[in-house]
Amino acid sequence: MASTTTPQVLGKSVSRESLNAFIRKYAIVLIFIVMFVGMTFLTNAFLHPRNLFNVVRQISVVGLIAIGVTMVIITTGIDLSSGSVLALAAVFAASLAQQPNWHDAKYPGLVVPVIVPIVAALAIGLLCGVINGGLIARFKIPPFIATLGMMTVARGFALIYSNRPVSGLTDTYNFIGQGEIFKVISIPGQPPLGIPIPVIILAAVAIAAHIMLNNTRFGRHIYAVGGNEQAALISGLNVGRIKIGVYTIAGLLSGLAGLVLSSRVGSGQPGLGVGYELDAIAAAVIGGTSLSGGVGTIWGTIIGALIIGVLNNGLDLLNVSAYWQTIVKGSIIVVAVIIDERKNR
Amino acid sequence: MDDNLILQMENISKSFPGVKALSDVNLAVRKGTIHALMGENGAGKSTLMKILDGIYAPDSGQIIFQGQTVIIDSTHTALKLGISMIHQELSPIPYMTVAENIFLGREPVGRYGLIDKRKLNADTKALLNRLEIDINPTSRMKDLSVANTQMVEIAKAISYDASLIIMDEPTSAITEREVAHLFKMIRSLKAKGVTIIYITHKMDEVFQIADDVTVLRDGKQVATLPASQTNKGHMIAMMVGRELTEMFPKEYAPIGEIVLSVRNLTREGIVKDVSFDLRRGEILGIAGLMGAGRTTVIESIFGIHKIDAGEIIIKGKKTQINSPADAIKNGLALLTEDRKLTGIMGVLPVRDNMIIASLPNYEKKGLLDGRLIEATYKQEKSRLDIKSPSMHQLIKLLSGGNQQKVLVSRWLLTSPDILILDEPTRGIDVGAKAEIHKLMSKLAQDGKAIIMISSELPEILGMSDRILVMHEGKVGGIFERKVATQESIMQAATGHGLDAEASQEKVTI
Repeated sequence: MASTTTPQVLGKSVSRESLNAFIRKYAIVLIFIVMFVGMTFLTNAFLHPRNLFNVVRQISVVGLIAIGVTMVIITTGIDLSSGSVLALAAVFAASLAQQPNWHDAKYPGLVVPVIVPIVAALAIGLLCGVINGGLIARFKIPPFIATLGMMTVARGFALIYSNRPVSGLTDTYNFIGQGEIFKVISIPGQPPLGIPIPVIILAAVAIAAHIMLNNTRFGRHIYAVGGNEQAALISGLNVGRIKIGVYTIAGLLSGLAGLVLSSRVGSGQPGLGVGYELDAIAAAVIGGTSLSGGVGTIWGTIIGALIIGVLNNGLDLLNVSAYWQTIVKGSIIVVAVIIDERKNR
Repeated sequence: MDDNLILQMENISKSFPGVKALSDVNLAVRKGTIHALMGENGAGKSTLMKILDGIYAPDSGQIIFQGQTVIIDSTHTALKLGISMIHQELSPIPYMTVAENIFLGREPVGRYGLIDKRKLNADTKALLNRLEIDINPTSRMKDLSVANTQMVEIAKAISYDASLIIMDEPTSAITEREVAHLFKMIRSLKAKGVTIIYITHKMDEVFQIADDVTVLRDGKQVATLPASQTNKGHMIAMMVGRELTEMFPKEYAPIGEIVLSVRNLTREGIVKDVSFDLRRGEILGIAGLMGAGRTTVIESIFGIHKIDAGEIIIKGKKTQINSPADAIKNGLALLTEDRKLTGIMGVLPVRDNMIIASLPNYEKKGLLDGRLIEATYKQEKSRLDIKSPSMHQLIKLLSGGNQQKVLVSRWLLTSPDILILDEPTRGIDVGAKAEIHKLMSKLAQDGKAIIMISSELPEILGMSDRILVMHEGKVGGIFERKVATQESIMQAATGHGLDAEASQEKVTI
């Protein structure tokens, strides 16, 4: 039956298979489109440009983490520390970006250019990532355990550094998370809408990561290590260094996510990003990254993050309780893995 | 319907994404016979048997087993019907004992629902004794050799009281002596009325034990006939669709200077005092029984294992090799023994598998040059006649022979001077095998030095200029091509008292 419905022009033997292959490959995109269209019809507010920008702004933090996590998972690893590293980077960077005369300033009177907290956030993330990678590559600690350790340690340091929100941040710093550029989308009766800076950061990082994974030696090495670590080693790859590199990138992106999130909410809080690591893993997995390694794409992960974002937003708009939202999200992750498993048969 | 038939598979077809694995295959097996299933890799033998074992569902066709049409939807169903399969890739549970592995899922239960370990071990002991297998039921699987693991799998299959046992290349990883034992077991099973379907690549085995032969080619049944009515040449012709004149053609290549010298290489407990030289244009065969340390020797040279003592001299220079990366830098290449475990990256496309060891060659300004990579792929595809629909095809979807060619190409792209090939033709079809042999001759003529480990004596004798035989971690003898025989090599490999010189005399007399 199916063969009669496929276009005959393509030749009947090829068409059904290639159609199946196409559907399998882009299933995730189709699911996203269906959800998008569904939400558009179910709610009035969903398609509003301001709402759509909110969705992408919201996913930008998890998206950044998810890009690093995707690379980690491709090597058959996992990173549970992203949310905590985000928080540590956030409080540290925020403390360097407070208004000098703020009543509760961590360093009263401190005035530094905005590049200092930016570099600080990235450096914290990088350092945590290097430690993760070192533990995994040099001391052969399973990634789950090493990053679980980092998850609690980094959160602990964040709380020690500041057990209350670091607020009163400078406008320049807050611009990173709240600013918009290219204000071209005009809506009658409202200020023009621009592209949120976090979205631009996410897009830039995603493009860079995509190019790195597909068009550089290091990127192909990441896939090779995940595809067959032993074979990669025998092919002359420095597997340890590749793993350290991957966890370092993941840490760096967690730091960047901390910078973006603290500037978006206008304060560095030690409790930021709890559970983000799981959302990031979910985005990667929904986007087709295989936990058995060697398989995964950045665009898939971004779509995965968008699916989570649209789902959260749409369920909010539909007044579905937050509890139900977690149940729906969890179910979708499991279904995504089932689809992935079937694909691999 | 023929009463003598235990099994009829009729008009079986099966497709996978991108491949038609079987089309309208018929297989009729007589009760109480040994039925050999032959064909090149990718001919569909394993697929057909996995359908019979309930692992795959056929797209069409029917199975009649013991006179009844059956639907086999799982291995469990197959076992209940009395069909048991021993897979080519063994999958023991490494940290459990032999007894636990054999009776997995059928453990004898005593009081309070606890496992009766005494009965478990006693039953296993009885089973192993009956089969004359000398293995301790309480040994852990991970401590067994490949051959013994194989024996345990066979014992397990027999323990189900199966009336039909499928063996998928049971001899691909065991030595000749163990093969003899296996055949004895197969014959005694036959005497008890058990039917056996035997998948193999090896002609000799077919004529030794099979009653009937079915030949598959490209997913189609070519013929079913009594083994007595055919011969090697005829069978190869049926398998490949053409006559193969020479199976192991090492062609003349000028032998040059020494490029690699190994001196007193030792790895505690496995390899002791191994020394040899390798020259340009030469193929040095390494023979020996399983566990003789052949693979350890070459993997130590390649920097995978640490060397406890000894020297490696490459082109006259003493060289320290601490990792495969070091080895590659020094012009070495290693095609490993286990394609799946240490060779292919299954979920990655052919492209990546091919270029992974030579990536710097395609780098321009920090980015990989896709056009150059594609050109390289095309060049290698035609040079090695790799059958792959595109460079984006996942390598796991290629046949074994084509996977092997991709791996060979991976190493040739690193422009090595010294190629080490560990069982380069294991588990690949006759056609691909001949092509790899031809390529080896060509590489030798181009001045490469080649080390080839092989467990197949005809391959060793046909391809090698000199043959190093290992016995229990030591060099058991080094033979020149013209004086080596199957007998002299086996004697050196089993340590039967003859040193190389003596055996040379014996042969030349």
